[in-house]
Amino acid sequence: MSLKTELTTPVKVSEAPKQRKVRKEKTENLIGLLFVSPMLLGVSILVMLPIIATFVLSFVNWSFITPLSELKWVGFDNFIRLFQDKAFLKSLMNNAIFILTVPTCMMISLLLAIIIDRNVFFKGYFKVAFFMPYISSIVAIAVVWQVLFHPSAGPINQVLMSLGMENPPKWIADPNFALFSIMLIQVWVSIGFNLIVYLAGLQNIPKDLYEAADIDGANAWVKFRYITLPMISPTSFFLFITGIIATFKVFDLIAVLTKGGPINSTSMIVWNLYETAFVNLKIGPASAMAVVLFVVVFTITVIQWVGQKKWVNY
Amino acid sequence: MARSLIIRKSIITIIMLACSILFLLPFAWMLSASFKIEADVFKFPIQWIPERWNGVANYKEVWFGKHPFYIYYLNTIKVTVLTTLISVTISSLAAYGFSKVKFPLGKVLFIFVLATYMVPQQAILVPQFILYRKIGLFDSHLGLVLLGSFSVLGTFMLRQFFMSIPNDLIEAAKIDGAGHWKIFWSIAMPIVRPAIATYGILRFIWTWNDYQNPLIFLRTDSLLTIPVAMQKFSTINGEFYSLIMAAAVSAILPLVIVFIIGQKQVIEGIALGGVKG
Repeated sequence: MSLKTELTTPVKVSEAPKQRKVRKEKTENLIGLLFVSPMLLGVSILVMLPIIATFVLSFVNWSFITPLSELKWVGFDNFIRLFQDKAFLKSLMNNAIFILTVPTCMMISLLLAIIIDRNVFFKGYFKVAFFMPYISSIVAIAVVWQVLFHPSAGPINQVLMSLGMENPPKWIADPNFALFSIMLIQVWVSIGFNLIVYLAGLQNIPKDLYEAADIDGANAWVKFRYITLPMISPTSFFLFITGIIATFKVFDLIAVLTKGGPINSTSMIVWNLYETAFVNLKIGPASAMAVVLFVVVFTITVIQWVGQKKWVNY
Repeated sequence: MARSLIIRKSIITIIMLACSILFLLPFAWMLSASFKIEADVFKFPIQWIPERWNGVANYKEVWFGKHPFYIYYLNTIKVTVLTTLISVTISSLAAYGFSKVKFPLGKVLFIFVLATYMVPQQAILVPQFILYRKIGLFDSHLGLVLLGSFSVLGTFMLRQFFMSIPNDLIEAAKIDGAGHWKIFWSIAMPIVRPAIATYGILRFIWTWNDYQNPLIFLRTDSLLTIPVAMQKFSTINGEFYSLIMAAAVSAILPLVIVFIIGQKQVIEGIALGGVKG
């Protein structure tokens, strides 16, 4: 307040240096604000406001189509029901199983990255080839796999049958195989991303470490175990965390391939949320799920911040 | 390089080549099926090169049939180009403000913006939907564009690059009488151009492939973008797999081209921060 009066008062003779500094700071503040204000406005209205609303809505009973006056406060009811709801618990379980895709994909990618980094010609081709699924539309990919997985006529089962398998799995049509099939596609899609990040990580390992190990007569396994693995651990940690967060957001594959079925065998938290909100129009329970999702992702992010210092070892 | 090493490297290359072909087989199958007549799609052993070609008719049906893809293409191009341009502009401005304008509020505001990055997009769908219905942005391209225009990731990424511009350069320009706007436009932006290209291409790919937002925030069929249209098309054409594959090829191809052109930027961008969006 005092700042403002000071500055609006016309300064006649010469500004004291301190005043000039204050003035400069004020214009800098204004200019800075102008530069960041579009972004600030956008995230405030489209992210901050909605996340607060999500928390509020998780305590109500309401649907899009009824007037606002019919909104009822129900306290923690939505959450209590959620954790008694078998379908939701099944979704959480599926999400937990789905996390297995992350280390699987990381192992394959690291292996590929090590081979591609040093031991092949046409490095550029391999980068592009393995990256193809990542840049392709997930919907198109899902549709292609849907046909490949076709239980009777699909090429995968035709090959399996021609190899002498009498009852090949029905893949996404079989409750016992559906989740596994989707996990398979997820790994296939994510390899490119993991591979590129690992290749960048490998570039950062000083070459003289390997040269020193060569002089000591270390074999490939020893070099991998005692140089590559520890030196690449920050990259691995990063991929692990972002990978887990990404599995909690899986939606496209489920929406196109199985819609959570057969018998909820592929239902996952975001699919469940979508169905509850936009098909069954139950805002309260859907918002409660959104809060659970937020808390999970938030917790993992905090673990990432803390863990970055602790678990990255080299 | 010693001769034995070359031989070793060649053998590994051949093995890896085989692996990569196996890895890409779904794409090959898709491409080949899109040129076949329906009866040949599931023929076994698989005909990788169609015996009876029906490509022209298939693609004609996809592009100009009952659910013409050219409309969805135009929609997607419009939404993607606008989103990319606006997002790059807003993120560059914010990134410059957060890195090169030294203002006390900046740090607090930057933390505020970063904090919103932790919010999963799916956790705010319901309130966004309600908001959009209230302010009339629901079922419009403008609404869809705005949803993708405020990228914390882009701001963060570009900020890293702006920070690498030496402060002396900015100070020198200031002494010469240049204001922040001028410095931003004629000094800072040209320096970070490669970073902007990288982020722009990534944003382009992500927006082009986005399925979730158009699914929820668009309703009118003639407004749809390719991913949702692709899914609708495959549901409607149920058993016509050759048509579905032609649609899938059409959906994937433009991005393959963008990727091949901007390959270096994409791969560098991904590797850089390990970006994922």
